[in-house]
Order: sequence, then structure tokens, then C-alpha cells
Amino acid sequence: MTKTPITFTLNGAETGAFVDGGANLLDVLRRGMGDLSPKLGCAQGGCGACTVLIDGAAHLACLTLAEAVQGAQVETTAGLADGPDLHPLQQAFVEGFAAQCGFCSPGMLMAAKALLDKTPNPTRDQVAEAISGNLCRCTGYEPIINAVLTAAAQMRGRVA
Amino acid sequence: MLTVETFDTLDQAAAALRDKCCYLGGGTLVMRGVNYGDQSFDRLLRVRDGDLRRIRAEGSRVVIGAGVTMAQVISSPDLAFLAPVARSVGGPALRNMATVAGNLFARSPFGDFATALLALDATVHMSGRNDVPIDRFLSDRDRQRGLVAAVSLAMPANGTFRYRKVSRTKPKGAAVMTIAAVLPGGGRIAGARLAFGAMGPTPLRARAAEAALEGASLDHNGIQRALAVACDGLDPQDDALASAWYRREVAQVHLSRLLLNQEG
Repeated sequence: MTKTPITFTLNGAETGAFVDGGANLLDVLRRGMGDLSPKLGCAQGGCGACTVLIDGAAHLACLTLAEAVQGAQVETTAGLADGPDLHPLQQAFVEGFAAQCGFCSPGMLMAAKALLDKTPNPTRDQVAEAISGNLCRCTGYEPIINAVLTAAAQMRGRVA
Repeated sequence: MLTVETFDTLDQAAAALRDKCCYLGGGTLVMRGVNYGDQSFDRLLRVRDGDLRRIRAEGSRVVIGAGVTMAQVISSPDLAFLAPVARSVGGPALRNMATVAGNLFARSPFGDFATALLALDATVHMSGRNDVPIDRFLSDRDRQRGLVAAVSLAMPANGTFRYRKVSRTKPKGAAVMTIAAVLPGGGRIAGARLAFGAMGPTPLRARAAEAALEGASLDHNGIQRALAVACDGLDPQDDALASAWYRREVAQVHLSRLLLNQEG
């Protein structure tokens, strides 16, 4: 079976892969490129653990045909930190106990980033809505919502 | 292993349809099948045509391209009345992917948007074929051949469209049931259309309740006849969210809240 070549930008760097017919983006990121930050949870769009940004909008990598991201900008949690400096969202998750087992965190972080990129000063309800497609079985969500609001405040302060 | 074929136009893809082909739109239904080893298809057809993702006004009707996503519906000023419906589908990431035409094929308990389209008496436009009324499209869904190009609908008069989705988790969860209604006539209802989702294998009209609403007023006494026959013609199923029995038991309550515009 022939493979299809694709190229796209992953966390700012040009990258490419040969993908099998029907391969999903999550498989290509994890197995093909070694970016293990997006997680395989349900493989059916129910858990949000594989959430990545494609051209700035949150998408479920497990339900995205890899070929369809040809030429797109893909962002994952692996690209959030700036060298040793964590992204404010990551820092707030650490400090606010928003990550326990950590499995949902990459998806939560990308869903939150998609929100904050467009809505720097979200309400609590907007944060809850933004992560409504992401399941967490540890935290009860409150620490996550608080962390996103904390990060948003900090990021606004940084820009000002 | 699957073969993926990409076309420039929907007509080209429609011409390439054979057995064991599946059209890939937003991916939220079909890629799930791929991930779980669905052997009913071995070719995926996809189309790169921006026209499929357009929403346009045509006279008094709105035409929604097959590939328009739930997120696009939410941000479209023309479709503001449908924003609550689109917002009730999945989470934000899923809504960036899930399409209007895909929702027509979603299995119960999914298909909230299709339920609204059924209440709105939408027309399904097939590529290179006749237009199909949504009632018939849904009842023949598993026998449909061809590709959906768009759906169109007449804008409902202001305030006549109502929708609610009942789910067990907030803010998101699959439907115990969804109810969509167009209730024209103001004081006395005339020509109501009432559709239930997750109350049958496909979204279904509650025709007995529609008939019982004819000439009725939307108050406690006026809706009793409709409530009594709410489930006539529906065919709820057991699933992990609720039993068929439970769905029948609570349908009246939720229909009553919708008709009386009550919270809950």
C-alpha cells in the first residue's frame, strides 16, 4: 500500500511524514513524529485528550485525517513552553493543582489556549464551555477552571 | 488499509461512488469508524471545495453547505436562531469539525442538529440529483445513494422556533432527548412541526402531538391533549444514557417545558 506524503508546520517547525491511508493525525504525531503530548483516550471524540490546534482552532487529532492537515499550522502542548519557561497556562496548572494524573492536561491546555487566544478575558462560564469537550476524572474541573482564569489574568498583565 | 481519494468538486466525488465507499466530511463520525476498524468501507472520498462550507441566502431561504461546521453556524448572523442548536453539539473542538450534513447521518442519541432541521422542514439537496424533503431523507437514510450538497430551509417567523436538549451532564452530554419545534400562529397554533431526537433510530416527527396542537393555545390547558400523545409514533431505544421506558416517561415533562417556555 502506498503512503501519502504530507507536510505541515508543527509547533512552528516545518515537518513532514509519509502517512498510511486513513491514518489519523494523532497517530502521525505520536508514532510518526514522537510528539507524545496529545493523548489517545477514546478514539471517538468523547474525551478531548487528543485536542490540538489546527490553524488556531481546537480540533480532535484522533478524528482528523492526517492528510487533511497538509499545509496547516498544528500546535500541541509540546510547543507551549518557551525553553525552560512553562507557558502561563502550564504554570497555572502546576500551581493550582489542575493536573492530577495528567492524562487530560494536554487536551485541557490546548482547549484553554484556543479560548485565550481569542478571548483574553473570559468569564468563568466561557472557560467551562471551552473545556466542555474535555473529560477529567481526577480534579472535578474546578481547579482547571481556576487555573485557566489565573493564567488569563497573568497573560493580560504581561501584555499590558 | 484504506484508500483516500480527494476530489475538487462534489460532483466528481459523487461520480466516483461505488460499493464500500464512504464520504469523509468533518470526520467526527467516519474517522471514529476508521479508528474502530469499520470494515463496511475501504475507500474514503473527500472533497476540497470551499463552496461546501458556505452559508448563503437565496430569496426567503437559507442554503447551508454540506460541509458547514457547527462552529460556523454559531458565528453566522443569518443563522442566529440555530446557534443554540449548534452549541448543544459536542464541545468546541468537535464543533470545529462536525458538519451539518454529517449530523443528518448521526446515530441516536446524536443528531441534535438534524432534529432541528426536521422541525424546520428543511430540504436536502443531493449532488446531481433531486432535492429530498428531510422527513423522507431521514426515513430512507440507510438506503440513500449519492452525496448531500447542502440543506436549505425557510427562515421561521421570529420567535416561532424552539429547541431544547435534555442531557444528564452539564454543560455537555449526549441527549436523553432533544426537542425542536416550529410553532406558528401566535395565540392559536396553526401548522406546528414538532421533532424529537434520540427518541427513535432517526429524529422523528411527533405527528399526533402536532395535530393535537392545531388551534391550541400555549398554556397549561391548551397543551394537555398534545402532551397525552407526545410519544405516539416515536420509537425510543434503550442506551447507556436512559432506557426507552424512562424516555417515554419524561417526554411529556420536557415537551411541556418547551411548549410553555419554562426553565428546567
